[in-house]
Amino acid sequence: MKILVAIKRVVDPSVRVRPLSDGSGMDIANAKMSINPFCEIAVEEAIRLKEQGHATEVIVVSIGPQAVQEQLRSALALGADRALHIATDSLLEPLSIAKVLHALVLREQPGLILLGKQSIDGDHNQTGQMLAALCGYPQGTFASQLEFKGSEVWVTRELDGGLQTLALAIPAVITTDLRLNQPRFPTMPNIMKARQKPLAVIPVADFGLDLQPRLQILATEAPKSRQQGIKVNSVRELVDKLRQEAKVL
Amino acid sequence: MSDTTKSAALVLIEQDVGGFSQINLKVMGAVTHLREFAELDVDLLVIGKDCGPVADVAARVPGIRQVLMADGESLEHQLPETLAPWLATIAGEYAYLIVGATTFGKNVLPRVAALMDIQPVTDVVAITSANSFKRPIYAGSALVSVKTDQPIKLLSIRASSFTNVILGEARAAPIIPISAPAAQQMSRFIGQQQVQSARPDLASARVVVSGGRGMQAGENFQLLYQLADKLNAAVGASRAAVDAGFVPNDMQVGQTGKVVAPELYIAIGLSGAVQHLAGMRDSRVVVAINKDPDAPIFQVADYGLIADLFDAVPELIEHL
Repeated sequence: MKILVAIKRVVDPSVRVRPLSDGSGMDIANAKMSINPFCEIAVEEAIRLKEQGHATEVIVVSIGPQAVQEQLRSALALGADRALHIATDSLLEPLSIAKVLHALVLREQPGLILLGKQSIDGDHNQTGQMLAALCGYPQGTFASQLEFKGSEVWVTRELDGGLQTLALAIPAVITTDLRLNQPRFPTMPNIMKARQKPLAVIPVADFGLDLQPRLQILATEAPKSRQQGIKVNSVRELVDKLRQEAKVL
Repeated sequence: MSDTTKSAALVLIEQDVGGFSQINLKVMGAVTHLREFAELDVDLLVIGKDCGPVADVAARVPGIRQVLMADGESLEHQLPETLAPWLATIAGEYAYLIVGATTFGKNVLPRVAALMDIQPVTDVVAITSANSFKRPIYAGSALVSVKTDQPIKLLSIRASSFTNVILGEARAAPIIPISAPAAQQMSRFIGQQQVQSARPDLASARVVVSGGRGMQAGENFQLLYQLADKLNAAVGASRAAVDAGFVPNDMQVGQTGKVVAPELYIAIGLSGAVQHLAGMRDSRVVVAINKDPDAPIFQVADYGLIADLFDAVPELIEHL
């Protein structure tokens, strides 16, 4: 069984990002970039499933400009077998991303498609669910545990108030939550080996899809900043303030 | 479809262990805002198995046209594979389909949207016109204003950004039964476990107590549990504390963890890295206890106490 993992290049979570002062977007021109942390968990899970003998091949795909090849190489260094770069300089919305991935699923016929539950830039939390809909596959979102049982995959999902377990027929789409695993670090020999692994580039236009944006971005602004508060001198004063002034106790 | 049917909104009602979830009242708060910009009939959709009691509560929501109730075996677990094709058909009659941005709403709405070929707007925190909305990106480091001219707007509402509507005493709208969708074979419900902890859930707790690397060891989180028990609080942690192995990943508050907005957030021995601030900046009152006066957490704290946490926290527990 093949596993397809979709990854996104995002600003590294350790970088502080701010909107540009003219409201036209975020100031990220020179920021350090990484694999989206949730996508990295998806890559790790796919590699583990291959190590456990559930999968024969792990394919990673990323959609974006030339630079996403950096993250594809990182995923190859972690243990993915081959990479697909769907080349576009346009910023695609989740629906468009899902359409492209759907076209890839038809080509590659993976048994499992793994994605991060959301990217830490757009924060949409949509692509996996949309892909599952377009494929007509079941979805296991916010997964914290996966287990193969016969022709099904059992997925434990993190809900607001607890955990839910579902049995999904394969092929299925899974989106990963934080608890699923702890991604490994690439070793030096594997980073070297990754340079030799296949990475194919496919222009997005080859799919012949309508990928026009549906949402118009009017402005990007900073949220209301928090007013800096006061220093208290003792625990007693703190409790007093919380009771009398803030009225939260 | 005529224009009159296009000026209606459908709100998918969420349920929790108690039946009608309080989240729905916040979602209706958002709908009230929306109605300042658009004349809308509002229908509520209640789904489930034996969901009559939930529909009875929904019918007390003020200002609605009707409650649609689909009651059936296939809807017992509200699986998205069952719901989405059915909802996509029903939603075609409306100008808006609205849900809460909860794990339920986030799971279902995009699946419906893709089947309708609609790009939804998720995690709406403000409504600025009938077709423009604000939503957070980069875990709240920025707000983006988006406009959609799509014929049907699919929205998920971040509850913490809106105020409750008040339920009426008696039924104010009719409950109209509609037929439930057919079952499907691709997904099956196995089981569900509510969080076993006696403490409230991190995402919905009124008070959150979080520890950082300054806790020094996993055992020391016992101190935070004691404090949390006094305040009926949930306990969280910074990524640094998780990476140091003090506590499991599911306690992480931040850009790569949970985003919380409690009434009171107490950050203890926690420096306030960017990625942590992104996960708690919408809290109403923030308290920081840290022995480093230069810790960035003090810049967002309403009340800062420069002190050794191992002295201050036991004292705090005593005073509560």
